[in-house]
Amino acid sequence: MSLILTPNIESPDDFYEVLTEAQREMTDEQANDMNARLVLILANQIGTLSRLKEAIALSQ
Amino acid sequence: MLNTYDFPEFDYVQSDEQVSGAVERHSVVIVGAGPMGLTAALDFAARGLKVVVLDDNNTVSVGSRAVCYAKRPLEIWDRLGVAQKMLDKGIEWKLGRVFFRDQEVYQFDLLPEDGHKIPAFINLQQYYLEEYMVEACNQHPSIDLRWKHKVVSLSQHDDHVEMAVETPDGIFQMEAEWLVACDGANSDTRRMVGADFTGHFFQDRFLIADIVMKADFPTERWFWFDPDFHRGQSALLHKQSDDVWRLDFQLGWDSDPEVEKRPENIIPRVKAMIGEDVDFELEWASVYQFACRRIDDFRFGRVLFAGDAAHQVSPFGARGANTGVQDIDNLSWKLAAVIRGEAPIALLDTYNTERAFAADDNLMNSTRSTDFITPKNGASKRFRNAVLDLAKKAKFAQPLVNSGRLSTPTPYVDSPLNTDDSDDWAGQMRPGTCAADAPVSKDGKPGWLLEELSDGFTLLALGVDVSLVDAGVFTPKVLSLGVDFEDSEGLISQRYDASEGALYLIRPDQHIAARWRSFDAGAVKAAISKATGGPI
Repeated sequence: MSLILTPNIESPDDFYEVLTEAQREMTDEQANDMNARLVLILANQIGTLSRLKEAIALSQ
Repeated sequence: MLNTYDFPEFDYVQSDEQVSGAVERHSVVIVGAGPMGLTAALDFAARGLKVVVLDDNNTVSVGSRAVCYAKRPLEIWDRLGVAQKMLDKGIEWKLGRVFFRDQEVYQFDLLPEDGHKIPAFINLQQYYLEEYMVEACNQHPSIDLRWKHKVVSLSQHDDHVEMAVETPDGIFQMEAEWLVACDGANSDTRRMVGADFTGHFFQDRFLIADIVMKADFPTERWFWFDPDFHRGQSALLHKQSDDVWRLDFQLGWDSDPEVEKRPENIIPRVKAMIGEDVDFELEWASVYQFACRRIDDFRFGRVLFAGDAAHQVSPFGARGANTGVQDIDNLSWKLAAVIRGEAPIALLDTYNTERAFAADDNLMNSTRSTDFITPKNGASKRFRNAVLDLAKKAKFAQPLVNSGRLSTPTPYVDSPLNTDDSDDWAGQMRPGTCAADAPVSKDGKPGWLLEELSDGFTLLALGVDVSLVDAGVFTPKVLSLGVDFEDSEGLISQRYDASEGALYLIRPDQHIAARWRSFDAGAVKAAISKATGGPI
């Protein structure tokens, strides 16, 4: 299965708010650390190497 | 320093050929009497070759070097009759702990599979390993160990190598049909043949300290990322024999090796690591830096390279000595067949194909470990720390923690010596893989499958009727379940996917060459021909 590139996030505005709110009081350093952890947690949800590679390529 | 071990001094003896001045041509000369050269001498001699070993020194390895020996090299040393002493003296360990800053992140158990003669790993100082092999070499009539013999130049000819050798009595000429270079990472032989040795150096330094400590620390591997006692760096603690513990401290690139080596700088670090009140004595300290690189070809005409002379890896994962011993395992039967004229010289090119493939696998793994331990930039350090943070809370992150992926044999999956499967198979034993050990019983007595394999080819018949296959000098020994041995614990059937019957052709180095569900003498002969590089 390839990467989902059509809208798939339930309630996009809610998600975006939760994400930015989580980092509102953080320094860039703290936010970057959190982002790194978040990438790893989300990567584990995808799991498949080919899809992870596709996501990395898309984000470059 | 080094008060737990007395270094032997081996006698230099002037050879008859140097005395007489008549140039002799030997069939095999090995350069270097370290772990690889000594293993090569024992293996070549076991395969009926006469060997001369030249070493520019006259003792065993000094200092703290290789520590950790894996199952496969120990199986090879067992085949050569030298493993028992190593196992008796060595320390067996299974549990590893990983720390990040002041907290334990997780622990791992090597969980070695039951039903193998040899344990997953032992720790042992390199000098013991060499001492035991020197003793075995001295007892072998076909091995001529020559200390204080240094090769100073060499030239290649179509059918031999000519070399000048320096001893305390001056320089003399020798010839060899084949030269096997086991002279380490700084191989002079490699320089003399003009081989490339490419890869990369890491801008980092490590301090090794061996301490003698009677304290009741558990026999475990402890690895720290960024510990409070050594901020920003990594550290490793590992037990060896004689209550000697090996400590590795990452120092960074800006450190001064001479300053770091001073006891007054080491002792406070060790105390911070093991506790202020623990009694210990410092036995050895040195600083090293490492590279990950390999030679462009393991064969240069009549010169063959093995061990660190052919490839150098980072120490994480214990992949240096362990993979070098497997180079020798791969080379020895091929070289013996070529020297006896039983196989074409082209068979030696498959030494390069198979072992360069393994070296690349080792380089990849050790480079990945190094990049995790010493992140290359801020972003990768951030990910590294994120992995370690998460590993404490969530199991999913633990497989991402990389403090060294411990050495296991690399299957030669694409080797030209393999015969492709024509049947359906499950399990690990595909062609190119090292044969798994398993318990057997023979005449009612317990034993091990690997001990039953021939020094040549073996046809392992598991519930398949076979008849003798005539393949000349490569005629395989037939080993039949129910006739020659019993599968006492059912593990052979399981590991070799043999519940529906299986027939395996196993090479002299205990690797699978081919497998079938039924017997066909023609197919077996074709597979032997393929595995030996020519008609039989």
